[in-house]
This record gives sequence, structure tokens and C-alpha cells, in this order.
Amino acid sequence: MESQASNRTDVEMIAGILAGETQLYHELIRPHERSVYLMALSYMKNEADAEDVAQEAFVRAFRNLASFRAESKFSTWLISITLNEARSRLRRQSVIRMESLDEPLDENKTISPALLRDWREIPSETVEREEVRKLIQQAVEELPDIYRQVFLLRDVEELDINETARVLSLGIPSVKVRLHRARLMLQKRLAPQLKGTNPASKRRWLPW
Amino acid sequence: MVIDCKHVWNYISEYLDGTLLDETRETVQKHLDHCEICSAILDSTRNVIILVADDRVFELPVGFSERLHARIDLELMYKGS
Repeated sequence: MESQASNRTDVEMIAGILAGETQLYHELIRPHERSVYLMALSYMKNEADAEDVAQEAFVRAFRNLASFRAESKFSTWLISITLNEARSRLRRQSVIRMESLDEPLDENKTISPALLRDWREIPSETVEREEVRKLIQQAVEELPDIYRQVFLLRDVEELDINETARVLSLGIPSVKVRLHRARLMLQKRLAPQLKGTNPASKRRWLPW
Repeated sequence: MVIDCKHVWNYISEYLDGTLLDETRETVQKHLDHCEICSAILDSTRNVIILVADDRVFELPVGFSERLHARIDLELMYKGS
């Protein structure tokens, strides 16, 4: 039986845990560690608090597992718990900014992208380079909070537009506008910088 | 209908998600077919999104998993007792 554990679906594992096989919880959450931490980090802005929030979220999810409904995805449910945990901690620290989540957006403001005449595809392996990771991390950190949260949920955690709207208690049009702006801001910031690091266009680095 | 570059930029995100209405999509596509700047913007935006979303960009702190599972073990023991 144990050897088949990894083939069990989330729903089957949850049923097992609720029936008393609690050790299965370790396995259930393993694929979600990174995404929970990342969302916690996007709210808390420092690693120690983000780790606390992530641990708390996983413990809370365990305690509330009986209330999980199979019609939602376990990953999305977990992210909702994480965001609630992060928000309540920020409130306790009373550093939360008093901006309404659904603040009116200036719909007419256009974000201009970086203008390029040609683009040569930058391969994924480029992120193995420390300085490229740093560039990307910094660009994401510097996005305004309301754009970063939507971007991370949609493009990094791969929630769909409806799930993103639900998790953030936002309307779908707000999600779309924020996502659009986040993407263009990242293009504006990163495209010129990444272009310069692309070994395909210019060999600036000696092979190790 | 012909639209200028600035209008095309407003549609980039939805173009990438494939959620534009057929008519709008065709108009944007026509522009992209002959505008190398807007094509480069589209390609670079798609490329940047893929790079940012790469699993290797944001890493867990060293020891994160061990500490998390130790904490979960405590919770499981507490529940079992």
C-alpha cells in the first residue's frame, strides 16, 4: 500500500488523512511548499516572517482539512489559507497599508512597454545564472503590491483568472487590468536588461 | 479596422491568454504581422513571463522543508495524543 501512496490523488490522500492516516499529510503538502512560501513572501517581504506564515498555513490547513471541499483544488484552497494567514499577521503587526483591495484603478493610464526592434528568445537555462535570478527577483519585488499578487497567482502559481479573483476577493476586470500592467511592467524593466545578458546575442561571459 | 501601436499594447496580456474576441484578435494580428516593434514587444513579454515563472527563480530558504515537516510532526503528535 505504502508504495502506491505517491500515486494517490489529493482527494484520496485527504480522505486517508481524515480516516487516521495522518502521516500522509507530509506527502500531500510536499508539492505545495514552494508556492505557499512564495505567496507568503509576497505579503510579508522578509524570509523569516514568510516562513512563519507558511508553517502556520500548513498547520491551519491540517486542522481544517475536514472542511476542504473536493470541488475546489487543494492548491487553491491552500493559497487562500496562506493569504488569510499573511493578512491577519500584517494586521496584527499593524503595518498593513490602508488601501482597499478593490481600489478604483485608473483605467485610462497606459503602461508603455520597452520598445525593441527585435527579440531573440532567451532560453530558460539563463535563470540558472545567479545574476539573472537576482534581476528577476528584484523586478518582481518592486512591482506594486496589488500587481505583484495578481501576477504571482496567475503566472507563477498558474491559477486561472476566476480562481485568482476569488482568492483575492477581486472582480474579474480588476484582475485582468492588474495582470496586464504587471506583465508590461516586467517586460519594460526586464526585457532590456535580459537582452544584454543573452549569450545568444552577445558573448560577454567566458565559459567557466 | 486599423489600430496604432499604443492600442495594440493594451491588448497584449489578453492576446497572450487567448481571451480576445475574434474580431479584436484579428485586428491585433494584422498589426503584429507588419509591425516589428509590436511583435518584439509581444515576444519579449511572453518570454519574460516564462522566465519569471521558472521554478528556479524563487528558491526556498535552506532547511525550510526540514523545519516545516518537523513542525507538522509536532502537530500530528499533538493530535494523536
